[in-house]
Amino acid sequence: MTAEPITGIVTPIRLDYTYTPGTSPSQFLRGMKEGRILGRRCPSCAKVYVPPRGGCPMCGVEFAEEVRVADTGTLVTFAVVNVNFANRVIDLPYVSGEVRFDGSDTTSMVLVQGIPVDQVRMGMRVKAHWLPRDEWDFTFANIDYVEPLDEPDADYESYKEFV
Amino acid sequence: MTEVLSAPHSMEFPYTRSTGPMVGAFLTGLRDRRVLGVRDSAGRVVVPPPEYDAGTAAVLPADELIEVASEGVVTSWSWNPKPRLGQPFEQPFAWVLVQLDGADTGLLHALDAPRDAIRTGMRVRIRWAEEPVGFIKDIACFEPAP
Repeated sequence: MTAEPITGIVTPIRLDYTYTPGTSPSQFLRGMKEGRILGRRCPSCAKVYVPPRGGCPMCGVEFAEEVRVADTGTLVTFAVVNVNFANRVIDLPYVSGEVRFDGSDTTSMVLVQGIPVDQVRMGMRVKAHWLPRDEWDFTFANIDYVEPLDEPDADYESYKEFV
Repeated sequence: MTEVLSAPHSMEFPYTRSTGPMVGAFLTGLRDRRVLGVRDSAGRVVVPPPEYDAGTAAVLPADELIEVASEGVVTSWSWNPKPRLGQPFEQPFAWVLVQLDGADTGLLHALDAPRDAIRTGMRVRIRWAEEPVGFIKDIACFEPAP
């Protein structure tokens, strides 16, 4: 018996961190635990950042007001994923989207489900699909994915600055 | 005062690497429990074999590999008091450079020996894995030679 020569190897590299979130990320994660998406508003430019930061990167001022944003939003852009990466078990192809949740001035990357891949479009209105309440933890992963809302698409002008 | 949040966060990258002609041949050799090296332009037998000559950058011949012994001498070592996940031993152990008989360079691996028994110049031999697959861990570790 002749075995084939070795031409490739798998060499896993692993980094084990202990993550301690700061004040603003902690606030966001505590909100997620309760099924709420929290952000903070800049007192200068009035933009709402989700997840909240300590201060506004544009104005350089500290955030004060906490804002709860909706779990509905607009898909501002997306990518069709045709290659799975390790430890991710989603049927291919799937759509990874950037969603601007209503009331927020930032976008979040989320999985888009509930619609054939070739029917997904920019401006599509979506709603968060949460994991069952008893599975909620201090993580954005409580939102399993977003799925289409039965609403007309948003006008491009309303989200073009996020594309 | 609210409780400070803290959570384990692990990242893992399962790289798949092409071995190329030289490392591929070296690993194929390990699968057969043979250690292979290559003669460089200065006449030294280098183990593991590099694809290019360190001095002249010339391509070295992957089809002219030289088998060296599975026993040799420790040329340097370093104690590892806190092994990490995936390293050869869970308990503290020594990393050693071993110049196998017939080779002119050191091969880095782990040595299974108590710390006070380790010396530069000591004779060691390969302890082979029970089922070699063509990977550096086919050499389970080195152990003191009798």
